[in-house]
Amino acid sequence: MTLGALTRLHNTQRNSARIARPGGCKPRPAPVRGSSKSEGGCGDATSFARAERSDCIVRCNPGEGDSPRIRSAETPPHPDPLPASGERGLTVPCAIAPWLRLAVSCAALWLATTTSSSAFIAYVSNEKGNTVSVIDTDSWTVTKTIKVGQRPRGIEFSRDGKFVMVAVGDDDTIQVIDTAKQEVVDTLPSGPDPELFTQDAAGKTLYVANENDNTVTAIDLEKRVRIGDIQVGVEPEGMAISPDGKILICTSETTNMAHFIDTATRQITANVLIDSRPRFAEFKRDYSELWVSSEIGGTVSIIDPAKHVVTGKINFSIPGLRSEAIHPVGIGMTKDGKTAFVALGPANRVAVVDGATHAVIKYLLVGQRVWHMAFTPDEKYLVVTNGISNDVSVIDVAAQKVIKTIQVGELPWGITMAQP
Amino acid sequence: MIRWLICAISLVVSAASAVAAEPGDIGIGYLGRAGLAATLSPVEQPAADDGVAGARLAIEDDNTTGKFLNQHFTLHERRLKDGEDAAQAATELAANPGFILADLPADALLKAADALRDRGTVLLNIGATDDRLREQDCRSNVVHVAPTRSMLADALAQYLVWKQWKRWLLVTGSHDNDKLYADALRRAATRFGAKIVEERSFEDTGGARRTDSGVTLIQRQMPVFTQRAPAYDVLVAADESEVFASYLPYRSWDPRPVAGSAGLKPVSWDPNQDQWGATQLQNRFMKLASRRMTALDMQAWTAARMVGEAASRANGSDVKALFGFLKSPDFSIAAFKGTRLTLRDWNLQLRQPILLADGRMIVSVSPQEGFLHQVSELDTLGVDRPETKCKLQ
Repeated sequence: MTLGALTRLHNTQRNSARIARPGGCKPRPAPVRGSSKSEGGCGDATSFARAERSDCIVRCNPGEGDSPRIRSAETPPHPDPLPASGERGLTVPCAIAPWLRLAVSCAALWLATTTSSSAFIAYVSNEKGNTVSVIDTDSWTVTKTIKVGQRPRGIEFSRDGKFVMVAVGDDDTIQVIDTAKQEVVDTLPSGPDPELFTQDAAGKTLYVANENDNTVTAIDLEKRVRIGDIQVGVEPEGMAISPDGKILICTSETTNMAHFIDTATRQITANVLIDSRPRFAEFKRDYSELWVSSEIGGTVSIIDPAKHVVTGKINFSIPGLRSEAIHPVGIGMTKDGKTAFVALGPANRVAVVDGATHAVIKYLLVGQRVWHMAFTPDEKYLVVTNGISNDVSVIDVAAQKVIKTIQVGELPWGITMAQP
Repeated sequence: MIRWLICAISLVVSAASAVAAEPGDIGIGYLGRAGLAATLSPVEQPAADDGVAGARLAIEDDNTTGKFLNQHFTLHERRLKDGEDAAQAATELAANPGFILADLPADALLKAADALRDRGTVLLNIGATDDRLREQDCRSNVVHVAPTRSMLADALAQYLVWKQWKRWLLVTGSHDNDKLYADALRRAATRFGAKIVEERSFEDTGGARRTDSGVTLIQRQMPVFTQRAPAYDVLVAADESEVFASYLPYRSWDPRPVAGSAGLKPVSWDPNQDQWGATQLQNRFMKLASRRMTALDMQAWTAARMVGEAASRANGSDVKALFGFLKSPDFSIAAFKGTRLTLRDWNLQLRQPILLADGRMIVSVSPQEGFLHQVSELDTLGVDRPETKCKLQ
């Protein structure tokens, strides 16, 4: 048994109150699909064929207060809305006019095609496993595991979607994965121990936080050469770039600041002091607000990016959990800025926050030590990494519910999703 | 040209003096104890810069932050000579800095604290684990960054109890500090439901720690010393004086794990700690000191960072204001232990998780899951508010 498997077993046992025991997660027979398959043509729907092949990754992952949802190879692995409508289309009685049957199977085929056309690819960095898991968001299964360097953390698609860059801190470099070949094809010259990075809108310049020497390194992505360093505070980590690409944000974990850097001059223009161990920075798309999470401070600071002042703070309070156990890390915001999600680390929850009022709407129970997240480009789903339970949770954004859990490699850390 | 040069130089000089006179200058003193403790293990022998190297790194970190806030930190180092008076040395050192990191034995620390009381100098105790300094002998101008013996003992006891190793054979050295540690272990056993099945005392008869005759004698002594004990799960040793505990593992009469002063040790920090971003700190320390970071280094780092943190939050350099911030509920410090560390307002002791280390790995971190507290689970370690004898004045 691997260490990862042992951890999972241990976690399962220790958290039996939250996660149903394996016995409670037995695959249930699929009543609909068997009969529908016998109707000629309908069973060929590609999505269902894929479902047949998918591995049984079963774990009940109830949202807080929800009844446990059960997923298995036998049940279609789709998120709820699509298969539900698909099933309705397929359960038309067999004794009907052939033309209707034809129409139904065509409709089913159409549904299936639209389903697969909306599939995206997620890449998850597994910090301890030294791998990157590739997830198909149509079948919600891991389709490939790519071996990368030591301690992969920050991970992001190139703007053209052809490459995935992953910071491998212990190898002091950023590796480039070709998404067509799904293997490492190149490296980028970062500074020592790169952790998180961001790129400008054009995808020409990459800015990397190098935790070990208090610098941000700028890399020309076309020439793949280092073009400059910017001295920042102790342990730079969170990186964000303004929508117009003019302002770069770097948060330093021990200095406890968000540094505003002019990308043209590569000079720091302002420093904003925030709560302990700022981990992650995210702009609202309209540039009206910058959100920065403080892991140890336990808050998210809202910063006015023009005035460089903290204008508000989001506090989190979960009944039964001490405030020290709440460590906000990753932040995801919908494009319209209306809803934000904040990963709360060892609190094992993602907070749903109203983007306008900054009020916490609810807490979604996910896996253990939830860290970073990525939306599907259509913003239907949000996928979060759960470091200690070695899986990712899929959140239905509109329903604000956890709908699925997918096992990945050891200690999943970062995640990036392909652009449409 | 020459005139221009003179002009430029005088400009630079005046600029430099202006910087030196800036209110953003914050001095931190370091007062180290005389001599280095000898350890049984050659690997654990403390380096000459043990402790102070941690302070130096924190000053670097503080200054990296300080450059964005126009603050500058300076470390004033002083190590006591054998027999030198701590109060006098502290007074001399206090001429400049308003904060002194003190690695002193309990009595010397109290002398120094009382001598500096009227000057408003704040001592940060980084070396003494004595509970009495936080209890009946507590001082309002001393902040305790080092954990207490009771915190260490409770951290160990929680793990041993979680492990269901509840029957302890307690062996204690003959020096006062060993007995104090044994007191803390006894208290911890009672608090967390362990049973000390028997106690034994190991007499320090003097002599050299190591001889060329090597292990032969020890290999015969230790089994005899531990034989005919009632059934027990774990051998717990209280030997701060480094006389015998490190000889116990693998040599006890019964095959039992060793904990306390050898084997599984409760510590505030360990060279092997790499969780919660600690790798970055360890790497920075290695770059600076060419060795790995000890508990004393970390206690010094944390203390100097606390001053730096107060300076950046209170945005000033006034000692009173900074000390005020440290004592306020707004204060917390991140110190690579997975949670924010705060001060117990009743005795100015820093709350902190305790690592359990075997010398090669971090085995666990206490408080253990399931030991609950109404205020902070960190207060399940050590003497809590309702039990305290401290009256800060």
